[in-house]
Amino acid sequence: MESILQPWPWYISGPLIALTMFILIYLGKTFGMSSNLRTFCAIIGAGKKTEFFDFDWKSQKWNLTVVLGAVIGGFIAHFWLSNPVDIALNPDTVEHLSQLGFDNAGKSLLPSELYSWDAVFSIKGLSILIIGGFLVGFGTRYAGGCTSGHAITGLSSLQRPSLIAVIGFFIGGLIMVHLLFPLIF
Amino acid sequence: MKYLKFLVIGIFFGIVLVKSEAVSWYRIYEMFRFESFHMYGIIGTAVGTGIILMLLSKQFKIKNTEGSLMHVPTKERGLIRYLLGGSLFGLGWALSGACPGPMYILVGTGVFSMLIVILAAIFGTYFYGVIKDKLPH
Repeated sequence: MESILQPWPWYISGPLIALTMFILIYLGKTFGMSSNLRTFCAIIGAGKKTEFFDFDWKSQKWNLTVVLGAVIGGFIAHFWLSNPVDIALNPDTVEHLSQLGFDNAGKSLLPSELYSWDAVFSIKGLSILIIGGFLVGFGTRYAGGCTSGHAITGLSSLQRPSLIAVIGFFIGGLIMVHLLFPLIF
Repeated sequence: MKYLKFLVIGIFFGIVLVKSEAVSWYRIYEMFRFESFHMYGIIGTAVGTGIILMLLSKQFKIKNTEGSLMHVPTKERGLIRYLLGGSLFGLGWALSGACPGPMYILVGTGVFSMLIVILAAIFGTYFYGVIKDKLPH
Protein backbone atom coordinates (compact mmCIF):
# COMPACT_ATOMS: atom_id res chain seq x y z
CA MET A 1 0.00 0.00 0.00
CA GLU A 2 2.82 2.36 0.89
CA SER A 3 4.28 2.10 -2.63
CA ILE A 4 0.87 2.99 -4.12
CA LEU A 5 0.76 6.16 -2.02
CA GLN A 6 4.19 7.25 -3.28
CA PRO A 7 4.59 8.72 -6.80
CA TRP A 8 4.80 5.91 -9.35
CA PRO A 9 8.04 5.47 -11.29
CA TRP A 10 8.04 5.96 -15.07
CA TYR A 11 8.65 2.28 -15.81
CA ILE A 12 5.36 1.42 -14.07
CA SER A 13 3.32 4.35 -15.40
CA GLY A 14 4.32 4.08 -19.06
CA PRO A 15 3.25 0.45 -19.54
CA LEU A 16 -0.02 1.15 -17.66
CA ILE A 17 -0.80 3.96 -20.13
CA ALA A 18 -0.12 1.53 -22.99
CA LEU A 19 -2.48 -0.93 -21.30
CA THR A 20 -5.21 1.74 -21.25
CA MET A 21 -4.74 2.19 -24.98
CA PHE A 22 -4.72 -1.54 -25.65
CA ILE A 23 -7.92 -2.22 -23.69
CA LEU A 24 -9.76 0.54 -25.57
CA ILE A 25 -8.62 -0.89 -28.91
CA TYR A 26 -9.57 -4.38 -27.72
CA LEU A 27 -13.05 -3.02 -27.01
CA GLY A 28 -13.23 -1.82 -30.61
CA LYS A 29 -12.60 1.81 -29.71
CA THR A 30 -9.58 4.07 -29.79
CA PHE A 31 -7.45 6.04 -27.33
CA GLY A 32 -8.00 9.69 -28.21
CA MET A 33 -8.77 12.28 -25.58
CA SER A 34 -8.93 15.35 -27.82
CA SER A 35 -11.80 13.91 -29.88
CA ASN A 36 -14.02 14.78 -26.94
CA LEU A 37 -13.42 18.49 -27.55
CA ARG A 38 -14.98 18.05 -30.98
CA THR A 39 -17.82 16.09 -29.44
CA PHE A 40 -18.53 18.94 -26.99
CA CYS A 41 -18.80 21.30 -29.99
CA ALA A 42 -21.30 18.93 -31.60
CA ILE A 43 -23.33 18.67 -28.37
CA ILE A 44 -23.77 22.43 -28.13
CA GLY A 45 -25.04 22.52 -31.70
CA ALA A 46 -22.00 23.58 -33.73
CA GLY A 47 -23.02 21.02 -36.37
CA LYS A 48 -25.91 23.20 -37.53
CA LYS A 49 -23.58 25.69 -39.16
CA THR A 50 -20.29 23.81 -39.50
CA GLU A 51 -20.07 20.50 -41.29
CA PHE A 52 -17.04 19.39 -39.24
CA PHE A 53 -19.29 19.12 -36.18
CA ASP A 54 -22.27 17.60 -37.99
CA PHE A 55 -22.08 14.04 -36.69
CA ASP A 56 -24.01 11.90 -34.26
CA TRP A 57 -22.29 12.78 -31.00
CA LYS A 58 -24.16 10.00 -29.21
CA SER A 59 -21.79 7.56 -30.94
CA GLN A 60 -19.07 9.12 -28.78
CA LYS A 61 -20.81 8.56 -25.45
CA TRP A 62 -18.30 5.85 -24.62
CA ASN A 63 -15.43 8.36 -24.87
CA LEU A 64 -17.29 10.96 -22.79
CA THR A 65 -17.66 8.21 -20.20
CA VAL A 66 -13.89 7.71 -20.25
CA VAL A 67 -13.56 11.46 -19.58
CA LEU A 68 -15.98 11.25 -16.65
CA GLY A 69 -13.96 8.34 -15.30
CA ALA A 70 -10.72 10.30 -15.73
CA VAL A 71 -12.11 13.12 -13.59
CA ILE A 72 -13.11 10.61 -10.90
CA GLY A 73 -9.72 8.90 -11.21
CA GLY A 74 -8.01 12.25 -10.71
CA PHE A 75 -10.03 12.78 -7.54
CA ILE A 76 -9.31 9.29 -6.18
CA ALA A 77 -5.59 9.47 -6.91
CA HIS A 78 -5.14 12.95 -5.51
CA PHE A 79 -7.26 12.76 -2.37
CA TRP A 80 -7.17 9.09 -1.44
CA LEU A 81 -4.07 7.54 -2.99
CA SER A 82 -1.39 10.16 -2.39
CA ASN A 83 0.80 11.05 0.53
CA PRO A 84 1.59 14.76 0.45
CA VAL A 85 5.00 14.70 -1.18
CA ASP A 86 6.84 17.21 -3.35
CA ILE A 87 7.49 16.40 -7.00
CA ALA A 88 11.13 15.36 -7.27
CA LEU A 89 12.10 17.93 -9.90
CA ASN A 90 15.64 18.56 -11.05
CA PRO A 91 17.09 21.31 -8.80
CA ASP A 92 18.17 23.16 -11.97
CA THR A 93 14.55 23.24 -13.11
CA VAL A 94 13.46 24.63 -9.73
CA GLU A 95 16.20 27.26 -9.96
CA HIS A 96 15.17 28.32 -13.48
CA LEU A 97 11.55 28.54 -12.39
CA SER A 98 12.40 30.72 -9.45
CA GLN A 99 14.24 33.08 -11.81
CA LEU A 100 11.04 33.29 -13.87
CA GLY A 101 9.07 34.11 -10.72
CA PHE A 102 7.66 30.66 -9.96
CA ASP A 103 8.13 29.93 -6.27
CA ASN A 104 7.34 26.61 -4.58
CA ALA A 105 8.02 24.57 -7.74
CA GLY A 106 6.93 20.97 -7.22
CA LYS A 107 4.99 21.61 -4.01
CA SER A 108 1.77 21.04 -5.93
CA LEU A 109 0.81 19.61 -9.34
CA LEU A 110 0.30 23.05 -10.88
CA PRO A 111 1.84 26.46 -10.17
CA SER A 112 -0.37 28.79 -8.17
CA GLU A 113 1.15 31.59 -10.28
CA LEU A 114 -1.06 30.35 -13.13
CA TYR A 115 -3.95 28.42 -11.60
CA SER A 116 -4.84 30.12 -8.30
CA TRP A 117 -7.96 32.31 -8.37
CA ASP A 118 -5.72 35.34 -7.77
CA ALA A 119 -3.91 34.53 -11.01
CA VAL A 120 -7.12 33.73 -12.87
CA PHE A 121 -8.59 37.12 -11.96
CA SER A 122 -5.64 39.04 -13.43
CA ILE A 123 -5.62 40.00 -17.10
CA LYS A 124 -2.28 38.30 -17.66
CA GLY A 125 -3.18 35.12 -15.81
CA LEU A 126 -6.52 34.75 -17.54
CA SER A 127 -4.94 35.43 -20.95
CA ILE A 128 -2.35 32.71 -20.39
CA LEU A 129 -4.97 30.07 -19.58
CA ILE A 130 -7.20 31.08 -22.49
CA ILE A 131 -4.39 31.28 -25.04
CA GLY A 132 -2.86 28.02 -23.79
CA GLY A 133 -6.19 26.20 -23.96
CA PHE A 134 -7.05 27.66 -27.35
CA LEU A 135 -3.73 26.55 -28.85
CA VAL A 136 -4.17 23.04 -27.47
CA GLY A 137 -7.71 22.76 -28.84
CA PHE A 138 -6.91 24.27 -32.22
CA GLY A 139 -3.57 22.53 -32.66
CA THR A 140 -4.78 19.09 -31.67
CA ARG A 141 -7.60 19.09 -34.20
CA TYR A 142 -5.41 20.58 -36.93
CA ALA A 143 -2.85 17.85 -36.25
CA GLY A 144 -5.58 15.22 -35.98
CA GLY A 145 -4.72 14.06 -32.47
CA CYS A 146 -2.99 14.81 -29.19
CA THR A 147 -0.61 13.03 -26.87
CA SER A 148 -2.89 9.99 -26.55
CA GLY A 149 -3.83 9.73 -30.24
CA HIS A 150 -0.46 10.53 -31.79
CA ALA A 151 2.32 10.10 -29.22
CA ILE A 152 0.94 6.89 -27.68
CA THR A 153 -1.43 5.25 -30.19
CA GLY A 154 0.12 6.54 -33.41
CA LEU A 155 3.71 5.79 -32.44
CA SER A 156 2.71 2.38 -31.03
CA SER A 157 1.28 1.49 -34.42
CA LEU A 158 4.36 2.91 -36.18
CA GLN A 159 2.56 5.60 -38.15
CA ARG A 160 4.69 8.23 -39.84
CA PRO A 161 2.10 11.08 -39.52
CA SER A 162 2.13 10.62 -35.74
CA LEU A 163 5.91 10.84 -35.65
CA ILE A 164 5.72 14.14 -37.56
CA ALA A 165 3.02 15.38 -35.19
CA VAL A 166 5.09 14.48 -32.12
CA ILE A 167 8.08 16.30 -33.61
CA GLY A 168 5.69 19.25 -34.02
CA PHE A 169 4.63 18.95 -30.34
CA PHE A 170 8.29 19.31 -29.40
CA ILE A 171 9.01 22.18 -31.78
CA GLY A 172 6.11 24.11 -30.21
CA GLY A 173 7.00 23.13 -26.65
CA LEU A 174 10.66 24.04 -27.04
CA ILE A 175 9.83 27.42 -28.60
CA MET A 176 7.43 28.17 -25.75
CA VAL A 177 9.75 27.16 -22.91
CA HIS A 178 13.04 28.46 -24.27
CA LEU A 179 12.07 31.51 -26.35
CA LEU A 180 8.68 32.72 -25.12
CA PHE A 181 8.74 31.99 -21.37
CA PRO A 182 11.51 34.58 -20.75
CA LEU A 183 9.30 37.14 -22.54
CA ILE A 184 6.04 36.16 -20.85
CA PHE A 185 7.26 35.69 -17.26
CA MET B 1 -23.96 -1.16 -17.68
CA LYS B 2 -22.70 -0.93 -21.24
CA TYR B 3 -20.70 2.13 -20.23
CA LEU B 4 -19.42 0.87 -16.90
CA LYS B 5 -16.25 -0.59 -18.44
CA PHE B 6 -15.43 2.77 -20.02
CA LEU B 7 -15.95 4.49 -16.70
CA VAL B 8 -13.54 2.04 -15.07
CA ILE B 9 -10.95 2.55 -17.84
CA GLY B 10 -11.24 6.32 -17.36
CA ILE B 11 -10.78 6.02 -13.60
CA PHE B 12 -7.73 3.81 -14.13
CA PHE B 13 -6.28 6.27 -16.66
CA GLY B 14 -6.88 9.22 -14.33
CA ILE B 15 -5.18 7.48 -11.42
CA VAL B 16 -2.15 6.47 -13.52
CA LEU B 17 -1.66 9.98 -14.88
CA VAL B 18 -1.84 11.61 -11.45
CA LYS B 19 0.38 9.03 -9.77
CA SER B 20 2.94 9.31 -12.59
CA GLU B 21 2.94 13.12 -12.19
CA ALA B 22 2.42 13.40 -15.98
CA VAL B 23 -0.42 15.82 -15.22
CA SER B 24 2.01 18.24 -13.58
CA TRP B 25 2.81 21.53 -15.31
CA TYR B 26 6.25 21.33 -13.68
CA ARG B 27 7.00 17.93 -15.22
CA ILE B 28 6.11 19.24 -18.69
CA TYR B 29 8.37 22.27 -18.19
CA GLU B 30 11.19 20.03 -16.98
CA MET B 31 10.70 17.75 -19.98
CA PHE B 32 11.01 20.62 -22.47
CA ARG B 33 14.19 21.73 -20.71
CA PHE B 34 15.59 18.17 -21.01
CA GLU B 35 16.37 18.24 -17.29
CA SER B 36 14.79 14.95 -16.32
CA PHE B 37 14.32 11.53 -17.83
CA HIS B 38 10.97 11.06 -16.07
CA MET B 39 8.57 12.11 -18.86
CA TYR B 40 10.73 10.51 -21.56
CA GLY B 41 10.69 7.32 -19.53
CA ILE B 42 6.89 7.39 -19.32
CA ILE B 43 6.34 8.11 -23.01
CA GLY B 44 9.15 5.74 -24.06
CA THR B 45 7.91 2.76 -22.04
CA ALA B 46 4.30 3.50 -23.06
CA VAL B 47 5.24 3.45 -26.74
CA GLY B 48 7.55 0.44 -26.30
CA THR B 49 4.85 -1.55 -24.52
CA GLY B 50 2.30 -0.35 -27.07
CA ILE B 51 4.40 -1.52 -30.00
CA ILE B 52 4.84 -4.96 -28.42
CA LEU B 53 1.12 -5.29 -27.62
CA MET B 54 0.12 -4.25 -31.14
CA LEU B 55 2.63 -6.62 -32.78
CA LEU B 56 1.49 -9.51 -30.55
CA SER B 57 -2.16 -8.89 -31.32
CA LYS B 58 -1.33 -8.89 -35.01
CA GLN B 59 0.83 -12.01 -34.74
CA PHE B 60 -1.82 -13.99 -32.88
CA LYS B 61 -4.69 -12.43 -34.86
CA ILE B 62 -6.44 -11.38 -31.67
CA LYS B 63 -10.00 -10.24 -32.27
CA ASN B 64 -11.64 -7.35 -30.48
CA THR B 65 -14.87 -7.76 -28.53
CA GLU B 66 -16.82 -6.93 -31.67
CA GLY B 67 -15.36 -9.96 -33.42
CA SER B 68 -13.10 -8.26 -35.95
CA LEU B 69 -9.31 -8.09 -35.97
CA MET B 70 -7.88 -5.43 -33.70
CA HIS B 71 -7.07 -2.31 -35.62
CA VAL B 72 -5.92 1.23 -35.07
CA PRO B 73 -7.36 4.07 -37.13
CA THR B 74 -4.85 5.05 -39.80
CA LYS B 75 -3.84 8.70 -39.89
CA GLU B 76 -4.06 10.34 -43.30
CA ARG B 77 -0.83 11.07 -45.11
CA GLY B 78 0.36 14.62 -44.86
CA LEU B 79 3.05 16.90 -43.57
CA ILE B 80 1.93 20.49 -43.07
CA ARG B 81 -1.03 19.75 -40.83
CA TYR B 82 1.02 17.50 -38.56
CA LEU B 83 3.99 19.82 -38.33
CA LEU B 84 2.03 23.07 -38.01
CA GLY B 85 -0.88 21.72 -35.97
CA GLY B 86 1.54 19.79 -33.80
CA SER B 87 3.64 22.90 -33.16
CA LEU B 88 0.60 24.96 -32.18
CA PHE B 89 -0.45 22.15 -29.86
CA GLY B 90 3.07 22.08 -28.37
CA LEU B 91 2.98 25.82 -27.70
CA GLY B 92 -0.28 25.45 -25.80
CA TRP B 93 0.83 22.27 -24.03
CA ALA B 94 3.97 23.92 -22.64
CA LEU B 95 2.10 27.09 -21.64
CA SER B 96 -0.90 25.53 -19.93
CA GLY B 97 0.97 22.38 -18.89
CA ALA B 98 -2.05 20.29 -19.80
CA CYS B 99 -2.95 18.22 -22.83
CA PRO B 100 -6.53 17.05 -23.40
CA GLY B 101 -6.41 14.04 -21.02
CA PRO B 102 -4.83 15.77 -18.02
CA MET B 103 -7.18 18.75 -18.42
CA TYR B 104 -10.10 16.67 -17.22
CA ILE B 105 -8.08 14.71 -14.70
CA LEU B 106 -6.83 17.92 -13.06
CA VAL B 107 -10.40 19.12 -12.56
CA GLY B 108 -10.82 15.95 -10.49
CA THR B 109 -7.83 16.91 -8.36
CA GLY B 110 -9.72 20.06 -7.42
CA VAL B 111 -8.21 22.59 -9.84
CA PHE B 112 -11.43 24.21 -11.04
CA SER B 113 -9.63 27.03 -12.85
CA MET B 114 -8.72 24.32 -15.37
CA LEU B 115 -12.30 24.62 -16.63
CA ILE B 116 -11.21 27.89 -18.27
CA VAL B 117 -8.51 26.02 -20.20
CA ILE B 118 -11.05 23.36 -21.20
CA LEU B 119 -13.53 25.96 -22.45
CA ALA B 120 -10.76 27.70 -24.40
CA ALA B 121 -9.72 24.34 -25.89
CA ILE B 122 -13.30 23.64 -26.96
CA PHE B 123 -13.39 27.06 -28.58
CA GLY B 124 -10.02 26.38 -30.28
CA THR B 125 -11.41 23.14 -31.70
CA TYR B 126 -14.54 24.99 -32.84
CA PHE B 127 -12.42 27.66 -34.52
CA TYR B 128 -10.46 24.95 -36.36
CA GLY B 129 -13.72 23.41 -37.58
CA VAL B 130 -14.88 26.77 -38.93
CA ILE B 131 -11.70 27.69 -40.83
CA LYS B 132 -10.36 24.23 -41.66
CA ASP B 133 -11.03 24.45 -45.40
CA LYS B 134 -8.88 27.57 -45.60
CA LEU B 135 -5.88 25.91 -43.91
CA PRO B 136 -3.12 23.97 -45.68
CA HIS B 137 -3.27 20.27 -44.76
